[in-house]
Amino acid sequence: MVTPVAAGGVFSLIWLVIALPLAGAALILVGRPLAPALFDRIGHWLAVGLAGGSFVLSLVLFFAALGRDEESRQVVQHLYTWFDTGDLSVGFDLLYDQLSGLFLLLITGVGTLIHVYSVGYMAHDERRTRFFGYLNLFLAAMLMLVLAENYVGLFLGWEGVGLASYLLIGFWQHKPSAAAAAKKAFVMNRVGDMGLSLAIALSFVTFGSTSFSAIDIGDTTTTTLNWLGILLLIGACGKSAQVPLQGWLLDAMEGPTPVSALIHAATMVTAGVYLIVRSSAIFDAAEVASTAVVVVALVTIIWGAALSCVKDDIKKVLAGSTMSQIGYMMLAAGLGGPGYAFAIFHLLTHGFFKANMFLGAGSLMHGMNDDVNLKHYGALSRAMPVTFLTFAMGYLAIIGFPGFAGFWSKDKILEVAFAESWLVGIIALLAAGVTAFYMTRLMMLAFFGRKRWPEGVHPHESPRIMTGPLVVLAALSVLGGVFTLGGWIEHWLEPVTAIGHAEHHGPLPVWATSVLAVLVVAIGVAAAGFVFGRRPATTEPTPYLHVPHVEDVVVPPGLAITRGALATDKYAVDGLMSGGPVALAAIAGELRKAQTGYVRSYALSVLGGTVLVALALIVVS
Amino acid sequence: MTLLVLVPFAGALITAVMPARPKLWAFGFAIATLVVGLVTMFTAPDTDLVWMEPLGVHWALEMDGFGKLMVLLTVALVPITMVAAVKDHDKRWYAWALALEAFALLTFLAADLFVFYIAFEATLIPAYFMIGQHGGPHRARAALKFLMFQLGGGLVLLGALIGFFVVSSDAGSPSYLISDLAQLDIGTTAQRWIFVAMFIAFAVKAPLFPVHTWLADTTEQATTPTSVLLVCVLDKIGTFGMIRLCLGLVPEASAWATPVVVVLALISIVYGAVLAIGQDDLLRLIGLTSLSHFGLITLGIFAATREGLVGAILYMVNHGVATAAMFLIAGFLISRKGTASISSMRGLEKATPVLAGTFLVAGLATAGLPGLSQFVSEIMVLISAFDYHWLVGVIAVTAIVLAAIYVLWAYQRIFTGPAQLSRRPVSDLDRREVGVLVPLLVALLLFGFVPGPLISAAQPVVAPLVDVIQAGE
Repeated sequence: MVTPVAAGGVFSLIWLVIALPLAGAALILVGRPLAPALFDRIGHWLAVGLAGGSFVLSLVLFFAALGRDEESRQVVQHLYTWFDTGDLSVGFDLLYDQLSGLFLLLITGVGTLIHVYSVGYMAHDERRTRFFGYLNLFLAAMLMLVLAENYVGLFLGWEGVGLASYLLIGFWQHKPSAAAAAKKAFVMNRVGDMGLSLAIALSFVTFGSTSFSAIDIGDTTTTTLNWLGILLLIGACGKSAQVPLQGWLLDAMEGPTPVSALIHAATMVTAGVYLIVRSSAIFDAAEVASTAVVVVALVTIIWGAALSCVKDDIKKVLAGSTMSQIGYMMLAAGLGGPGYAFAIFHLLTHGFFKANMFLGAGSLMHGMNDDVNLKHYGALSRAMPVTFLTFAMGYLAIIGFPGFAGFWSKDKILEVAFAESWLVGIIALLAAGVTAFYMTRLMMLAFFGRKRWPEGVHPHESPRIMTGPLVVLAALSVLGGVFTLGGWIEHWLEPVTAIGHAEHHGPLPVWATSVLAVLVVAIGVAAAGFVFGRRPATTEPTPYLHVPHVEDVVVPPGLAITRGALATDKYAVDGLMSGGPVALAAIAGELRKAQTGYVRSYALSVLGGTVLVALALIVVS
Repeated sequence: MTLLVLVPFAGALITAVMPARPKLWAFGFAIATLVVGLVTMFTAPDTDLVWMEPLGVHWALEMDGFGKLMVLLTVALVPITMVAAVKDHDKRWYAWALALEAFALLTFLAADLFVFYIAFEATLIPAYFMIGQHGGPHRARAALKFLMFQLGGGLVLLGALIGFFVVSSDAGSPSYLISDLAQLDIGTTAQRWIFVAMFIAFAVKAPLFPVHTWLADTTEQATTPTSVLLVCVLDKIGTFGMIRLCLGLVPEASAWATPVVVVLALISIVYGAVLAIGQDDLLRLIGLTSLSHFGLITLGIFAATREGLVGAILYMVNHGVATAAMFLIAGFLISRKGTASISSMRGLEKATPVLAGTFLVAGLATAGLPGLSQFVSEIMVLISAFDYHWLVGVIAVTAIVLAAIYVLWAYQRIFTGPAQLSRRPVSDLDRREVGVLVPLLVALLLFGFVPGPLISAAQPVVAPLVDVIQAGE
């Protein structure tokens, strides 16, 4: 571990990276109701400008960090003490290091492109200004998440992105499905947040602080570290849609497509991976927790890929694929060692090509009157050439076509997987074949074959403001592999993940893994070509087996418990508690009968009372 | 300091007799109280006059950090609710509200247990009339139920009071000064009896499971400004008493009872939230969320670590602000729809975006979203709960999921979906209503990011309590 240095020079502006989009969100969300005309005219450009400003600043910081010695690249900016009870002190501290630096570039870079794209995509929405307010809010929260220097600050960003995600999934909340999806996403994320909250509590109880720099595995038992790891994993599962908390991500596709690209593909859903890499010191020493991460990752890789094979909704195909690809990142993070760096590498390249494809899907929907059903597409390569070509770059990147970004990053993950065990390696390898299969299916259904367009749909290419970002992201999907040149990213992240250059030697030589991967991918592509190319596609929905999700199993009994509690409260608890006064009233009624008005009966009572008191005195003394 | 109690009390009398513009007078007195409160906070010396010599009763008032926070909450919320109440409450309500403020302030300032008790009981009179005179069709029954529970609680508190008198007389000259009582060496059995009596009284007031059943009936029938004063100010006397009198005067017995109290608090947290999820009446829903929150506050108090107690005190302030906002927003909504039934509302966001936005912010604050004030207190309480026993922390943390469900499900049913076709168009919040909410929402954000001043006020009160308890262990 390197000790971070205090912020100075350009690094004293770290806070501004967050403050710019935050100011945008505040201005737009408060200003729009006050001055609707003004903000409807300039609001979206204000948001684009502030996101862009944040990107420029992130670039400046990155190059400044590059120019520094390795020892002084980790910078802490202490803004103020958030709260301090004497024992528990939490600072509003920002940490800029090699890891958060890369995230800053991804978030603000892809974020700005998606802002620009949204200007075109949301042009006809009367609430466009508010949409940009939410987008800026999201950026601010996401940047807070990766810049925080302690778990509480991270949690602030973590919940902030959850809020932004909630608002944006439910942006078209007049649709009951969108409103339900938004709530489901937030609640399921909160299930994960229980884990993260408890992790905060446990880290304070264990280390006496919630700061990352306070993590000291020296005096801590392995059991504690394993629990800490598992609690963090629960949090990561919620945010990153890993099994068993994955159910919300497909529903989240109810949100506008730029949201799916930015939040539910490129940035927010990868926060779980960030959390684990950021906590690498804990996971390195927590074997059980790391194994749990690997198991969750493998299950999710398969689950997501299987979903993508059968969904007809283009956004849901991509969402399933996102789950599966995040599974790869989690796998690498769970394997530890150089895996941390490879997880982040795949996270970056995936951010490029998946954002590219989601925005491409949005462009297709734009041309198809917001129809998302692949079975209604077909032969769109001619009608929308730019969208087709850029989407094809994303496609080649995700399946791992040699030379494209995804090839490099997935290859590295397969390497560490095989180094761990044959089983893990083979599952990851086969899933790469399935990835090639479902992505080829998507390409063929959307761009080739015969036209299956519904009546009255006339696909057309999207405006420049939308295709521009597509071209940039397509270029990044091709070139994203540069990070690995000369092992740069491993070396760069080394101070954060605290690993030496321990070369893992698996049962296979490195080149053999690559060859195998390319072979399996080719088989996947060929299989899809065989299945979908032979007979022309119909508009019939693809049949599939519905496997109940966790929430499907938990919700009905939960509602029954709620009803039971209501009845218990009304009859049992209130009955018991209010029973006292009611009984008192009844007794009073009976006692009233004693008020007969006859002196002789009163005299008898007095006599009885006197005897009682006398007896009592005798007994007591 | 006596002035702080006298101003609203005089205001109540004047409002009651004033023939012209009584509401304006009442508001003026509420503002005057606010000013006096702020001034007293920094300048006024403690008061200590002998009142009833033979009983050892003193008219003694003092304001420590804890008292300051509660006074601040009270004097700020009263004028806000008065503005909110202006349309559908008559001058009786305004007079009673000032009387309630006077007695509530007296409980927070009392440095003498007898004075505390008198004020504690006296609050019931205005509260009873506020519930009974304005509100739903079954308000008379709700008011009676409220009164029965509270009188029952008060009665057992009287038992504790007598107990203290006996012990204090035995030790020499009787004194009800809280500072004198804290010096007493009370036998274990007596201490436990006194604790049980006080705790029952405060548990009814706060309220906790199983003596909470008056709460939802009351919030359902009372008007929302009344509910604000009851739940956000008056109920705080319960948890205030737990800290000041249970922990402060009988720490050993408090430690002895902690396991039971923790269980009751946990049940309140989960049970209150589950009940809230199932409510169709928005006002019952908000009332029951408070049961859950009072459970968390109590948990923080009895976990008795520094984080827990500071968190609990902060929670009392933050819950007051957030729940006040929730009640008032609900009131504005109900005045538009003519019903509190959630199932009869749908798609209101389109017509009332500002109302929907404020509901969401206040709702997320009660659900403990970081950045809004309740989070800071909640995380402190959760940490201390986890510190007390990991299982307690695990059960308490379910609150964050349950809270998300009750807030967002209510939001979903009320504000989303296709807009309702109604004969009467629903208007968004007007200026007065926005004006009522802005200070509350600003406070939610401000204390979410800068809770420092609240913490520094609470810390000196908490430190000696924690020292005593930890010394006992």
